[in-house]
Amino acid sequence: MNRRQIDGIVRRGGPWQAVQRGVLFAVLALFCAYYLVPLVVMISTSFKSLDEIRLGTLTSLPQAVTFEAWAKAWGSACVGVRCDGLQPYVWNSVMMVVPAVALSTFLGALNGYALTKWRFRGADVIFALILFGAFIPFQVILLPMARTLGVLGLAGTIPGLIMVHTIYGLAFTTLFFRNFFIGVSDGIVRAAQVDGASFFGIFFRIILPMSLPAIVVTLIWQFTQIWNDFLFGVAFTVGESNPVTVALNNVVNTSTGVKEYNVDMAAAIIAALPTLAVYVLAGSYFVRGLSAGAVKG
Amino acid sequence: MSDIRLDAIWKKFGATEVIRGIDLTIDPGEFVVLVGPSGCGKSTLLNLISGLETLSSGNIFIGGRKVNDVPPRDRDIAMVFQSYALYPTKSVRDNITFGMSVRHIPRQVQDAAVAEFAGLLHIEDYLERKPAQLSGGQRQRVAMGRALVRKPDVFLFDEPLSNLDAKLRIEMRTEIKKLHQRLGKTVVYVTHDQIEAMTLATRIAVMDAGHIRQFADPFTVYDDPVDLFVAGFMGSPPMNMIEGKLRQDGGSFVECGAPGAELRFPLPEAMARRVAGHDGLAVILGLRPETIFAAGSELPGPDRYCFELPVAVVEPTGPDTMIVFEIGGRDLIARVRPQDARPQGTRFRFEVEMRKAKLFDAASGLRL
Repeated sequence: MNRRQIDGIVRRGGPWQAVQRGVLFAVLALFCAYYLVPLVVMISTSFKSLDEIRLGTLTSLPQAVTFEAWAKAWGSACVGVRCDGLQPYVWNSVMMVVPAVALSTFLGALNGYALTKWRFRGADVIFALILFGAFIPFQVILLPMARTLGVLGLAGTIPGLIMVHTIYGLAFTTLFFRNFFIGVSDGIVRAAQVDGASFFGIFFRIILPMSLPAIVVTLIWQFTQIWNDFLFGVAFTVGESNPVTVALNNVVNTSTGVKEYNVDMAAAIIAALPTLAVYVLAGSYFVRGLSAGAVKG
Repeated sequence: MSDIRLDAIWKKFGATEVIRGIDLTIDPGEFVVLVGPSGCGKSTLLNLISGLETLSSGNIFIGGRKVNDVPPRDRDIAMVFQSYALYPTKSVRDNITFGMSVRHIPRQVQDAAVAEFAGLLHIEDYLERKPAQLSGGQRQRVAMGRALVRKPDVFLFDEPLSNLDAKLRIEMRTEIKKLHQRLGKTVVYVTHDQIEAMTLATRIAVMDAGHIRQFADPFTVYDDPVDLFVAGFMGSPPMNMIEGKLRQDGGSFVECGAPGAELRFPLPEAMARRVAGHDGLAVILGLRPETIFAAGSELPGPDRYCFELPVAVVEPTGPDTMIVFEIGGRDLIARVRPQDARPQGTRFRFEVEMRKAKLFDAASGLRL
């Protein structure tokens, strides 16, 4: 239901209702603050100088705004022994996320299409097995996967990490696309078959253009998952090839020198910005796509 | 133009037999309607002809070529679906030309074909729109355009009109018939609507439970049904079925109704001869509503039978009025002229034209 439809519904009036609404909004405001205060503290701290942090309180706003901490976090903070800031690791993450998201989304779409529109014997069993991947605790597969990457010669490299993320993303991407395609009329595929299109012809020319909402949801989901991943990053990459999440940990957990809270906060925000940006840019699609079963062909 | 020949075909989904041994020969240029209740296998049969389902056994020939292992796109067929199945992201023009573009037919040929059929189907004004911007009737026309434009030998229609409103359905029905008369291609058309079947078909195949009960021209199917199923399925309102016993005492009669208040319907001579020697046989007398009318409202003729019963319900339809009455606890319908109708509860004198009566064996359901 959209807003206008709900607005039209007749509601009970009177003072008691007004009190109830007041309480409702107060509770919502409280939750909102609870959620947002840490972010506010992070942002304000990142703009303070170290002296100001030492003298002021946690929640006080910066007196003299400075971008030094941001510059240091981006360009010169020490990650381990290397002092180039987060910049190279952000690029590592980008190099890893883009192919991993694209591959897992494409393969998920192909799986979902084959599982729903080209029903074959055992399709349900195969889907159940793929779905099982969504429930595997990833710690379990660390050792066998490390061995596999070693055999393939991909240990400690970004391509190796791309492969791991693609494989373990398939469970979710397949699920998303399967649920979307189940709502797409089989008649369209049959019509295209009679028209003479092949398996891939129908996929690329008819089905993919129809599934924009599902593609956007899957892209956002996969991007967030893979960008934010720490476990695979720390397990399957070394030093130079670390993704930004691992580098952030190394910046924050460094045991030498003074604890630079402003740099830590700025670094954390830098690491989180891309996922925030994706939500802001494609958020409306995300909400629409989550109820994608309702999208008619 | 191609003929279609089905040779002892079976289709099983696991343990369920959907098509149970069908033989059917469709002549070139014929308009054959497969009709039957839902679940009778008519859509499955159409999908088997199109190649969208695989045969369990038997052979299918299109234009003399055995097509058991030929995929849909190489069968030289086009299909119109109940849901229209238009490609939602493509414009009307691209929907229509998709089949040709897949087959790498040159752009000029495509454009010429679109121009030819867009005019014929009155869709030239919205060729650049998307299907979502069209009404149901317009989508239907586009779906037909997509089928026509490739000029295949055989057209398959899967309940193409059932998503349209009543008025549009009648309009499109006439247009489909016109198109067939103009193009002369072989058509196989599936519907559950027996009026569509009667109006469109050159021959009707009445299906039930995976079998074809009768395959004949519309007039024969209506007037000369082979069994109770066909008789009951074709016709609206449906044929009245009256249970009774055959009596042969000084003429042949069908005796129906409660003891003490029996009605004795006299059988015409030809029918009496066919059932001679079966005194006491349990039968079902089939009377179409239009063969029961108000006594004296038609010119007198031979083999008429009159009886008087109270009116249970009066249903005016405009040109005719349906009068519902009861024999032996069953509702029967008579179709009378509006001016002959009488209010509910009054006794009404009915007249039956027994020459148009059908007689069925109650045990086997077969026509006697």
